[in-house]
Amino acid sequence: MKIHEYQAKEILQKYGVVTPKGIACFSVDEAVQAAQDLGGDVWAVKAQIYAGGRGKGGGVKVAKSLDEVRQRAGEILNMRLITHQTGPEGQVVHRLFIEQGVQIEKEFYVGMVVDRGRQRVCLMASSEGGMEIEKVAAETPEKIHKVFIDPIAGLSQQQAEEIAQKIGIPAQSLPQAVTLLRGLYQAFDESDASLLEINPLALTAEKQVIALDAKMNFDDNALFRHPEIVALSDLDEEDPVEIEASKHELSYIPLDGNIGCLVNGAGLAMATMDIIKLYGGNPANFLDVGGGATAEKVTEAFKLMLRNPKLQAILVNIFGGIMKCDVIAQGVVVAARDVQLTVPLIVRLEGTNVELGKKILVDSGLTIISADNMADAAQKAVIAAKAS
Amino acid sequence: MSILINRNSRVMTQGITGKTGQFHTRMCREYANGKACFVAGVNPRKPGESFEGIPVYASVKEAKRETGANVSVIYVPPPFAAAAIDEAVEAELDLVICITEGIPVRDMIRTRYKMQARKTRLIGPNCPGIITPDEIKIGIMPGYIHKKGRIGVVSRSGTLTYEAVAQLMALGLGQSTCIGIGGDPVNGLKHLDVMQLFNDDDETDAVLMVGEIGGTDEEDCARWVKDNMQKPVVGFIAGVTAPPGKRMGHAGAIISGGKGTAQEKLETMESCGIKVTHNPAEMGKLLKSVL
Repeated sequence: MKIHEYQAKEILQKYGVVTPKGIACFSVDEAVQAAQDLGGDVWAVKAQIYAGGRGKGGGVKVAKSLDEVRQRAGEILNMRLITHQTGPEGQVVHRLFIEQGVQIEKEFYVGMVVDRGRQRVCLMASSEGGMEIEKVAAETPEKIHKVFIDPIAGLSQQQAEEIAQKIGIPAQSLPQAVTLLRGLYQAFDESDASLLEINPLALTAEKQVIALDAKMNFDDNALFRHPEIVALSDLDEEDPVEIEASKHELSYIPLDGNIGCLVNGAGLAMATMDIIKLYGGNPANFLDVGGGATAEKVTEAFKLMLRNPKLQAILVNIFGGIMKCDVIAQGVVVAARDVQLTVPLIVRLEGTNVELGKKILVDSGLTIISADNMADAAQKAVIAAKAS
Repeated sequence: MSILINRNSRVMTQGITGKTGQFHTRMCREYANGKACFVAGVNPRKPGESFEGIPVYASVKEAKRETGANVSVIYVPPPFAAAAIDEAVEAELDLVICITEGIPVRDMIRTRYKMQARKTRLIGPNCPGIITPDEIKIGIMPGYIHKKGRIGVVSRSGTLTYEAVAQLMALGLGQSTCIGIGGDPVNGLKHLDVMQLFNDDDETDAVLMVGEIGGTDEEDCARWVKDNMQKPVVGFIAGVTAPPGKRMGHAGAIISGGKGTAQEKLETMESCGIKVTHNPAEMGKLLKSVL
């Protein structure tokens, strides 16, 4: 799960992380009022969307008067912000964050992720702030310093100090940088974060170390113990189809092709997409119905796929184990009738009670194209999609 | 021989009083030597009870002491599953298989930390389990699709593993052991660990490895295979068409920061002498071609 910059900063402040003073706003008037309340004579007007790259996309502007705040806020609010992370369709800006301007002397990068190989949280820091870290990693990997954090001891004073020194934090600011880094780790750990990025971390003219930006993602598996984080969720940022899917415990990701896939199991679902592509077609989605697919679940899955105007065929690929083929076949028949399916339906069943399942499909009287194996199913789906 | 488990393994079920634990313990008991193999259950709140004749103990330690069980399988719900693994590790079991899906990564990091320098091996979490066909099955896979033979199978997924096994069976190829190592980012045995075991196993002639996007497990394994493996290995990686930055069902199946793509994995595997296919319908055929 993702949250906005201003929300991440609110969390981090509780852990002693210093950030510029700021106020979240939903209208231009609120933005001007916020700037007035914050005081000073320079403000940053920042679009609040989950995707990164907001600055480059024109979603972050500096304003040097209240009039300019009004003008900038008007430009950014409701704009369709396109960044390298939003895709070409962009994301409409519904929220702004007005921050007090800060005089910056130098910018750094600090990030935390779970390192899968080491099975620990990895703290990464670099002297190259404000740049995409992937780019730094590719071009000047020697400028990225890493610490793997002991889960029991946490980030030690010494580790924090060493890494702060390596990226060039001046001696007089080290104690504050250490507090900030340790606060970041504590926040990461206690909130079950999966990613935390401060880019840039800034050294101000007053030699203060502050988090100028903040990005936090959270482990979906741990949300059950963080209702306070779930409450931060912004539905404007989520794909409505994905929200609907998660209500029915379906794992669904829309893609840009025309052949819908309904599969049990994540690995088989990916493999089904791959084989469609291999035979010259284009998958319309990833959809894992999971281990306990009922007729109701299959119906919901069909409805989700049919929301896609590009859809020209549906391929059902089921390997029945605990989930029996006859049960899924019954589900497919009910669903196909219920949604009055108009696109060709290709079904491949294998595993437990496969003969029974196939018989149910035949006896249903529905026009179902039956396939014997994955390759056959993919080929038939590609042909059907082209013809329809 | 087979690897990790055989007909002499003695298994306890942690979470035997839950619906899932009961259903699968029953299915496992009905498979091959299951009746003799599944000897105990654990539930701290229900000691002294029994499930279809299997005694339930208060702790893993007690179940081990009373029955000699050396393996456990876990169906405990996600908030408590990591603690269940910890308990099995504390009791010094040989092997723990954690089926549970949805364990927080933070919990698994701590559990894996505590497992350092301990003897217990972990399969999973978020996995279908392990089967040595015609001897014992520990997990949720359909037993009947397997047959004893000399092919090792290691995979990160469930149904895609069944698909691979079905393809092998269609060509008359049985399996020595099939392992689903699970779809989580922080887990126990990796492809590499399982590959080493297959390499040392007298009853395995060749290995089919099935991977997916995310992480670098497959690459790590491939590099080891290049320098050490004495047997042919073939592979398939799911997710060539997966978009970056999206979690494809499994918590660990995600391309992040441009890393962990299927293409990258396939290229590394090929450069290490592993034959790969881009066609998931041809995994069995590819394996047969190297025998």
